[in-house]
Amino acid sequence: MAEAKVESRVHGLGHSRKRVEDARFIRGQGNYIDDFKLPGMLHLDIVRSPYAHAKIKAIHTENALATPGVLAVIDGPTLQKYNVHNMPTLMSDIQMVLPIDTVKYQYQEVAAVLATDRYTAARTAAVEVDYDPLPVVVDPFKALEPGATKVRDDKESNHIWHWEWGDKDKTDQDFNEAEVTVKENIYIPRIHVASIETCGCVAKWDAVNTHLTLWMTSQAPHAIRTVVALITGHLGLSEEKIRIISPDIGGGFGGKVPAYPGYVIAVAASIVTGAPVKWIEDRTENLAADSFGRDYHITAELAGKKDGTLTSLRFKTIADHGYTDAAAQPSKFPAGMFHICTGSYDFKSAFVEVDGVYTNKPPGGIAYRCSFRVTEAVHAIERMTDVFAQKIGMDTAEIRMKNFIKPEQFPYKSALGWEYDSGNYPAALRKAMDMIGYDNLRKEQAAKRARGEFMGIGISSFTEIVGAGPSKDFDILGLKMFDSCEIRVHPTGKAIARFGTKSQGQGHETTYAQIIAEELGIPAEHIKVEEGDTDTAPYGLGTYASRSTPVAGAAAAMASRKIRAKAKQIAAHLLEANEEDLEWETGRFFVKGSPDQGKTIQEIAFAAYTNHPQGMEGGLEAVNYYDPPNLTYPFGSYICVVDIDRGTGEVKIRRFVAVDDCGVRINPMIVEGQIHGGLTMGFAPAMMEEISYDENGNIHGANFMDYLLPTAVETPKWELGETVTPSPHHPIGAKGVGESATVGAPAAIANAVVDALAHLGVTTIDIPITPRKVWEVLNVHGATLEE
Amino acid sequence: MSRHHISVTINGKIHAADVESRLLLVHFLRENLNMTGTHIGCDTTSCGACTVQMNGTPVKSCTVLAVQADGMEVKTIEGLAQNGNLHPIQEAFHEKHGLQCGFCTPGMMMTSSALLERNPHPTEDEIRHAISGNLCRCTGYMNIVKAIQYAADNMAEGV
Repeated sequence: MAEAKVESRVHGLGHSRKRVEDARFIRGQGNYIDDFKLPGMLHLDIVRSPYAHAKIKAIHTENALATPGVLAVIDGPTLQKYNVHNMPTLMSDIQMVLPIDTVKYQYQEVAAVLATDRYTAARTAAVEVDYDPLPVVVDPFKALEPGATKVRDDKESNHIWHWEWGDKDKTDQDFNEAEVTVKENIYIPRIHVASIETCGCVAKWDAVNTHLTLWMTSQAPHAIRTVVALITGHLGLSEEKIRIISPDIGGGFGGKVPAYPGYVIAVAASIVTGAPVKWIEDRTENLAADSFGRDYHITAELAGKKDGTLTSLRFKTIADHGYTDAAAQPSKFPAGMFHICTGSYDFKSAFVEVDGVYTNKPPGGIAYRCSFRVTEAVHAIERMTDVFAQKIGMDTAEIRMKNFIKPEQFPYKSALGWEYDSGNYPAALRKAMDMIGYDNLRKEQAAKRARGEFMGIGISSFTEIVGAGPSKDFDILGLKMFDSCEIRVHPTGKAIARFGTKSQGQGHETTYAQIIAEELGIPAEHIKVEEGDTDTAPYGLGTYASRSTPVAGAAAAMASRKIRAKAKQIAAHLLEANEEDLEWETGRFFVKGSPDQGKTIQEIAFAAYTNHPQGMEGGLEAVNYYDPPNLTYPFGSYICVVDIDRGTGEVKIRRFVAVDDCGVRINPMIVEGQIHGGLTMGFAPAMMEEISYDENGNIHGANFMDYLLPTAVETPKWELGETVTPSPHHPIGAKGVGESATVGAPAAIANAVVDALAHLGVTTIDIPITPRKVWEVLNVHGATLEE
Repeated sequence: MSRHHISVTINGKIHAADVESRLLLVHFLRENLNMTGTHIGCDTTSCGACTVQMNGTPVKSCTVLAVQADGMEVKTIEGLAQNGNLHPIQEAFHEKHGLQCGFCTPGMMMTSSALLERNPHPTEDEIRHAISGNLCRCTGYMNIVKAIQYAADNMAEGV
């Protein structure tokens, strides 16, 4: 365990070091996927289905092929010849690359046009497809009814799996004996990460050397390499012949983890033509076909006592997975980490059930800045805690303080089996209450309510679960979820460090160097950080689910410590001293009691190549593959204050205080930036974003005029606070922070809105909380005002 | 497809070319001239990643035809720095951590530098409204607003 400290000389932990990667980005010199242009490169565009469910009767390619510049049209039967028309999902299901005869959702890939330039390739309408529309099912509850339209011909029904976890008998018994129970239906809608850069790739097949280079928007290049090898191994494309390069990525948020059909088609097209092939999605393709997030229908129940003690939790969930179960989540649990849903509270018993369902919608499920369903879990428990408090007439801060897992209970084993590493929940909530002036706000609320003004205060005291993950619970196709760091210290004492992760804006080039600087005393500006090239970086599982700092950050510290151990041997040799007589200070070993007699890390590095002890290998390098002993559990308390316009239903967020505890902070500036962005991606689904479908499976929300991202005008002005509770098992005590705010914020906002309406008898409102939805609630209760 | 001869002054340099009438300005910059600092995020004038300045006014180059730029002065991210010196807005985005993934950044800086040209002392609300046509998914806008304020202060002081 390490305390945060500012080591300004080497720009180590705790230093708000300015970002290294900015230099190219502020000059417009980033290297994003669409910036790549190779000689002879062809362009690929995709023909997509207008129907959510249809038989393909015929694909007419004549007009397209007659268009000057069009070289080929690739369809499912073309790929079937090579047996790459389907690909396996991480959930042991099947995803079509291109269909043979049936499409299962609107905008599904049907065929691909290959042309000499992007405008010609974009003439996908020249490919005429005859469809025979089939009945559509978009509502997962209807999909489970007897006689429902079957989404999948190869399955018995639309029911994918049933998963349950916890002690059902004890939970039922606790509910039966409870003084108070509450129950609500909570829908957490389908949303999309909508990173400003869409997905794409450039595939380059070298037939002479039988080698594939694939530049692509991937958050997990190594995992993709292995997946490509598994899909195409039967064609001789084995793993040493595949190089995946993730260049600069314009936002990921989980949406760039999966292997999408477009990548596979581009690879196939390059192999068939022998030319490099570029595929870049447009925004509609991105929103309508790429991996979504959420879509959980939760029936949530809590049991407890009249004094506010929560005793038992029972959640039953219908999970809409679309036409195939392609959730890119590596846990051994079908619903990911949903069973973190007891949250920050000390429940005696709990039981969760989840049923996965097929519908005529695109696949996905977990991609939205979230560690595998923790957002759904947090939203449900934080909403329900308020519902319980409301029922017994208790203050929502008080019920949290009463039920928090106490600081002295850590490490804490939850009723659903997770072992929380560390936490101090009352301190974070207390701090948030002090920052926002909680008691005065409650007084103001009472006064306003008396004169008919609706104001609400909402709290979310979330606990996250990140850093996937310990290999006992996590793997991708059997690959353990470790991550890696390789450090090479050059003779002049400078270094290069390579990682198995891949930044998409998190600032790894800056922060990883700070970890190594802290451990080795080499100034951060002398450490070059590289990621994203599978030919050079050590194997790792990538950046998502807030795992880079918990896993690869730990690997950086552990690899540094290996180097320091060797450096100590060299220092002892140079100083003609015993190793045990040496002491370390940042960047230097010296003889105990004789601080003048010492060797700097730079002197030692030079000696590692010029004057190392006889019998020792030369060089100063190390690699570490870190398999974390446990997950990390960042937490925080957020408080939101809203005012509601009774005329329009508009909700105005007046203040939002976010106190985050992510353990030791490597770079406070970057941590705060992550929290600002995370809060905004929590605000977005709480207030604006939803991808819905009509009964025919037509998507609502396939462009930025229908799917509303927050602009600078709507986005609240965030107020941040912090507490620091280090992770006891992480080498530098850090926990990860990229997603906490997205996980914790929606419940604070929803709780504030319900709190503003609670005196009307309102107990729940589903996100996104649009003015219309609020106005309708007001109207039902006769509480609207004419302007 | 008819072709047109156009002459566009981009970052002070004249670029003459024969282009198809359908060619978008953003593709003229990115594909024809290999100036890839201007990005494409949505194709529908919504996200602002493709923002450039045309005769000093920010426009979204994904919905401007190259032929419409004929005879115009276009400024892109590549033209912000002068003689190797960063524009104050570039310095400010770095200093205030106003960028993360960097994808919206060029468009955001073209919009905000144009704002500061016409309004050297904008209020926070004016800044937020000015950049409301530029979507950022990473920063939550807080530090972008701070960066624009910081640049305004520095430009006022002639830094």
